Amino acid sequence: MGDPRLPAAYLQPGTSSFADFLASQAPDLLPGRRTVPPGHAADLAPHGTTIVSATFPGGVVMAGDRRATMGNIIAQRDIQKVFPADEFSAVGIAGTAGLAVEMVRLFQTELEHYEKIEGSTLSMDGKANRLSALIRGNLGMAMQGLSVVPLFAGYDVSAEQGRIFSYDVTGGRYEETAFHSVGSGSLFARGALKKLYRDDLTAEQTVEALIEALYDAADDDSATGGPDVARRIFPVVQVMTADGGRRMADDEVAAIADRVIAGRMARPDGPPAPLNGGGAR
Amino acid sequence: MSMPFYVSPEQLMKDRADFARKGIGRGRSVVAVQYADGVLFATENPSQALHKVSEIYDRIAFAAVGRYNEFENLRIAGVRLADMRGYSYDRRDVTGRGLANAYAQTLGTIFSSGGEKPYEVELFVAEIGDAAADDQLYRLTYDGQVADEHGYAVMGGAADVVSTYLKERYADAGSLADAVRLAVAALGHTDAEDRVIATEDLEVAILDRTRSQPRKFVRLRATRLEELLGDRGPATPAGGDAAPVTDDPGPDAPIAPPA
Repeated sequence: MGDPRLPAAYLQPGTSSFADFLASQAPDLLPGRRTVPPGHAADLAPHGTTIVSATFPGGVVMAGDRRATMGNIIAQRDIQKVFPADEFSAVGIAGTAGLAVEMVRLFQTELEHYEKIEGSTLSMDGKANRLSALIRGNLGMAMQGLSVVPLFAGYDVSAEQGRIFSYDVTGGRYEETAFHSVGSGSLFARGALKKLYRDDLTAEQTVEALIEALYDAADDDSATGGPDVARRIFPVVQVMTADGGRRMADDEVAAIADRVIAGRMARPDGPPAPLNGGGAR
Repeated sequence: MSMPFYVSPEQLMKDRADFARKGIGRGRSVVAVQYADGVLFATENPSQALHKVSEIYDRIAFAAVGRYNEFENLRIAGVRLADMRGYSYDRRDVTGRGLANAYAQTLGTIFSSGGEKPYEVELFVAEIGDAAADDQLYRLTYDGQVADEHGYAVMGGAADVVSTYLKERYADAGSLADAVRLAVAALGHTDAEDRVIATEDLEVAILDRTRSQPRKFVRLRATRLEELLGDRGPATPAGGDAAPVTDDPGPDAPIAPPA
């Protein structure tokens, strides 16, 4: 940056996409453009694990546990894996933590950049597709074990409802109904959500269902962190409604998590689901 | 064989400056007013889509008068510069001073290079800090000069008239409502009369440090403006037979860039 003038390329009319601009001006800053020497790199860096998300009437909630692992080591106990993407949406990431955090930063900048240049926000599907393109750019590294698999959720202002999108490493984008989870503990979390989720829950009840699901994931998956009672570390919860998104305050989450833990003291497998034949316990 | 005419450098620069000033003088004024919680920009702009005031970054805003395609290019370049810097360093490393400097260097080079025509634009770059004392307001002219303004500033067509009006009435650390009323009244003021500008024809935006989000830029829409402005009397002053301002966007209406 020796020349204080604006570079000529900055003054060219053209793309409103920050990622495209970066690709032409500073391609080395794009997360997916690096070449990694052949071999399997998965064990080199910490991995983030389970993200869960569920809709409720008037919005959507996303929650993520706080653990990052490196093989059998717990690399971090209080990592943040759920981030606001813009005012109405959030992205949660599972996979290689370093790349994922970088990708989230790029995605946040991408949405804000478009909004500032065009004077309007991208549609919910537009945002989901942009994220898809960023994931696709990382395919080479994913094949060497450095994969990033996000979960994207937000309040769709035009459809007036919460929506959830899941992805695969090739950038495939799939809209999910009601609830979804990604990461190593996702199978257990999804199983729990199947039994706990109802479409008439309030925002707080939805958060409780998600924390129950994360508890179940941590119960059976060593890479997912459960609530850390001694250190008071609880999941990161992002709630998005027509009023915008907010990260639920730590003490609010702690209160719900304490309730979940108290329930598990009495019944370690969590709340029972009623059977059609009757007899809930 | 034709002989090239000799033009003295002084004359050349004066001609270029006159050319730029003439282009800028045709537009309507943009007012920037500092108040207790930030900086307010106001201008008369009948277009809802072609903005003269815009967001650059979390705490930085941009306002311009003059030729639309030129300041729009500068605005987009500013957004790119800010986002690039924020992405490669950190959000806190994007500063209004850095941006004002980049604009000044760019405008200055274009003005003094013989090849290009000078830009017919003037810009405001404002940045708010954590307290009113940290707020900064820069005014950049077509030739790359930067002035650090305090309290209020005006650029564009009737800048001197509007500026005199503000000078007589501006008070430090006013409320948002005070700032809006003062700025809008100043825009409607001419030597002959005081117009009441319809809220639909106003473009007003603020950098508001009380906002909880990191992005402090907010546009004040017509309904919010009406609340803040309160009763301003009849649209045309009593006894005046001035034409209603809504019908004629005037020469100032921003010109869309060629497709």
